[in-house]
Amino acid sequence: MWYYEKKLEYPVKIKNSCPKMARYVITQYGGPDGELGASLRYLSQRFSMPTNEAKGILNDIGTEELAHLEMVGTMVHQLLKDVPVDVLEKEGLGAYYSDHDHAVYPVNASGVPFTAAAFQSKGDPVADLVEDLAAEQKARATYENLINLAQDPDVIDPLRFLREREVVHFQRFGEALRIVQNKLAQKKYFIKKPY
Amino acid sequence: MDKYSNDRESLMKEIMAMDFTLYDLNLYLDTHPCDGRALMLYNLSVQRALMLKSMYQNMYGPIIQNCFTSTCPWQWIESPWPWQKGV
Ligand SMILES: [Fe+2]
Repeated sequence: MWYYEKKLEYPVKIKNSCPKMARYVITQYGGPDGELGASLRYLSQRFSMPTNEAKGILNDIGTEELAHLEMVGTMVHQLLKDVPVDVLEKEGLGAYYSDHDHAVYPVNASGVPFTAAAFQSKGDPVADLVEDLAAEQKARATYENLINLAQDPDVIDPLRFLREREVVHFQRFGEALRIVQNKLAQKKYFIKKPY
Repeated sequence: MDKYSNDRESLMKEIMAMDFTLYDLNLYLDTHPCDGRALMLYNLSVQRALMLKSMYQNMYGPIIQNCFTSTCPWQWIESPWPWQKGV
């Protein structure tokens, strides 16, 4: 289970709204390499991990991704806050406004709603952990694109924090993969399908 | 910004920094469960984080679900939510 802590993992204090940036940042809320997909991927894959280290790292990184989802949602909310409809329309958010007003809804940067089809939960720990390594790299690359698009330091600062976390997660998944592969190589334990 | 919100904000920043240290150590220990130095640092940081959080909760209201007592009315919904702009 989870408990809520009434704070963000890292501060998000965006003073100036910017609908255009909201439209880009929202992809890390509901897009293919975003935080919702990341948390659901890891929290689903953890059930079929063979070692305590791998169970732990998927559980705990999956949990941290939920905190990142909250940070990204906060960024979108603050970037959209009080923006008049005509400005939203001019900045390319007319379609978003007609479906969601100023609310936060999980879509990618082109407006396509969140889909679990962007990730797997394969039941094969090596396949899953290799996907997780790629997922962290894709999330890192997305944050770098967003940093390149952003101008406001209030926006860039949390994006930098989130980018760095993806680098740490990649490192930890690499260690978990080696631990799992060593265990599988011991032959006492091997993957046989169906379970 | 008045002194009250200044103090509150800097205490919150300290808590965030402590929790970040803890979370990063947690992930590290998941894949290095026998690293004695990391374990020692983790245990020290837990004490410090607990101390800061109970100080915060006593002064400014609840932040950790199930870890505070409330006066009337229910204090949990009195303070602003962390996504709110300009708080
Ligand atoms: Fe991540």
